[in-house]
Amino acid sequence: MAREGDRRPDPEVARRSRLLEGLRLEGEGARGVAIALLSSLVFAVVIVVAVTQSAGWPEVRRTFFDWGDISSSFPDIARAFVLNVKIFLVCEVFILVLALVVAVLRSLPGPVFFPLRALAVIYADLARGVPTILVIALLGFGAPALQLTGVPSSRVFWAGVGLILIYSGYVAEVYRAGIESVHPSQEAAARSLGLSRFQALRRVILPQAIRRVIPPLLNDFIGLQKDTALVGTLGVIEAFNQSQIDSNATFTYGAYLAAAVLFVAITIPLARLTDWLIARDRRRRQAAGGFA
Amino acid sequence: MSKQNRSSPAVAALLVALLAVVAAGCGSKKSSPGSTKSASASCSKGDLNLVSAGKLTIATDNPAYPPWFGGTPHKPWQVSDPRSGKGYESAVAYAVTMQLGFSKDEVTWKHVPFNNSFAPGPKPFDFDINQVSIARARAKIIDFSDPYYTINQAVVVNKGTPIASATSEAALKPYELGAQLGTTSYQFIKDKIRPSKTPSVFPTNAGAVQALKNKQIDGLVVDLPTAFYVTSVQVPNSKILGQFPAEPGGEKVAMVFAKGNSLRTCVDQALATLKGNGTLKQLQQQWLAKATGAPILK
Repeated sequence: MAREGDRRPDPEVARRSRLLEGLRLEGEGARGVAIALLSSLVFAVVIVVAVTQSAGWPEVRRTFFDWGDISSSFPDIARAFVLNVKIFLVCEVFILVLALVVAVLRSLPGPVFFPLRALAVIYADLARGVPTILVIALLGFGAPALQLTGVPSSRVFWAGVGLILIYSGYVAEVYRAGIESVHPSQEAAARSLGLSRFQALRRVILPQAIRRVIPPLLNDFIGLQKDTALVGTLGVIEAFNQSQIDSNATFTYGAYLAAAVLFVAITIPLARLTDWLIARDRRRRQAAGGFA
Repeated sequence: MSKQNRSSPAVAALLVALLAVVAAGCGSKKSSPGSTKSASASCSKGDLNLVSAGKLTIATDNPAYPPWFGGTPHKPWQVSDPRSGKGYESAVAYAVTMQLGFSKDEVTWKHVPFNNSFAPGPKPFDFDINQVSIARARAKIIDFSDPYYTINQAVVVNKGTPIASATSEAALKPYELGAQLGTTSYQFIKDKIRPSKTPSVFPTNAGAVQALKNKQIDGLVVDLPTAFYVTSVQVPNSKILGQFPAEPGGEKVAMVFAKGNSLRTCVDQALATLKGNGTLKQLQQQWLAKATGAPILK
């Protein structure tokens, strides 16, 4: 695509190409669309022929793509998927709050706050360093094993705690990147207007920082949605566990496909929304005449 | 602005098509259909359809739990050692091995997790022996040998908990029950007991046992021989509440073969011999005898 650089896009084409952001269908009018369609069609046909002609295809089709398996397992998996949705919705709220606290602690200036900064760094390192599945198993089976009074033994509860702890580590880093992207002059200006350090953070820094990191935040939210499948390792019947049950009953994998469809039905719209937000943000900054 | 070089999209499209053709070439290599030898082949040692010539490759999961497998654990095997010939399934596997004309050291044991035992594609084992229950749906994907045991489901509970005083299947309804993933125990809970609380299904035996220990579930449904191992070794202070009356025809466990593997007929012949001469019964007496006495939950 070397020709992209050597011509100035007209506004109409540029608008259209933004609509198809990520698909790289650059503005070539109707002819371009036709060629893209034809090329995609040829590619798809060849791939389909290649796959269906392969030696193992009959077996793969029987085990993965049996419509009966997929459709018969779908209702149970959809019911179980409600639990995944509940988990990621509740967890995301706590993650957004906890991560912000960690990020702010990490951004505190001055030697006095060193212990808090150090704690925040250690936490973010651990949360991002330990495999999620281990944390969930450790909390889900380990915490209730202590048999402390008042400590819940619910596996969903502890799995949620695990997800919150892990994802807050990632999200705190996202927030921090946002906070650091706000030019120091912003804080200086706010302080010179008489705002306290906290007021400057609350009124000036964070609003700008968070707006800039909304796309990566959504990115982590998508990750969280998929990781709710790890709760199944504790024996809780969520969508993935249910699909394993169905798969093991028939020795086929159609149920996995049904589960994948459910996850994708939620994550893909969110991915497109993320793309749109990124594009909108870029447009706004360009329109404002500022630096992108 | 649409005056760019006309040939470039066409060339690109051609390239894309070429690329796809190359991919197709790579993808469609036909492999020799090794596992579809005709079923009428003879069962003499040299004619057997094996994954590794001259050796019998038998698969099971690791850890392999008593009383199905026994012996002192030895790397890489945990909890027991399938190579010991101890435990019911290990003993049956070796008895079949002898019938097929192999010596004990011509057997290779392979760790194959339950979930992998039915994966499509060439199987890394001649047969898998892992308490797999015969089911019609499963038999469409893999082949089962003739059964070598009929199992009953049982429920294990912590002593002194409310569920421990239940004496009937119906009395289990209000409790939270668990089973291991891939077992028919879960189907049993769902279809027969129909509890009011959503049951739990654990990917591993260890997870299921831990949840019972933690009282995160009230009762664990497993096959009766496994129940004896759970109560005697894995969960202190637990007991077998009872076993469920056998289904008509019973729930039967069998070895798993790749679909169409001719070796199965030879193993079935061996199993028939072992059944006929009383060896199977004797091995059940030896390894599973104490795993039959438990009150029946009506």
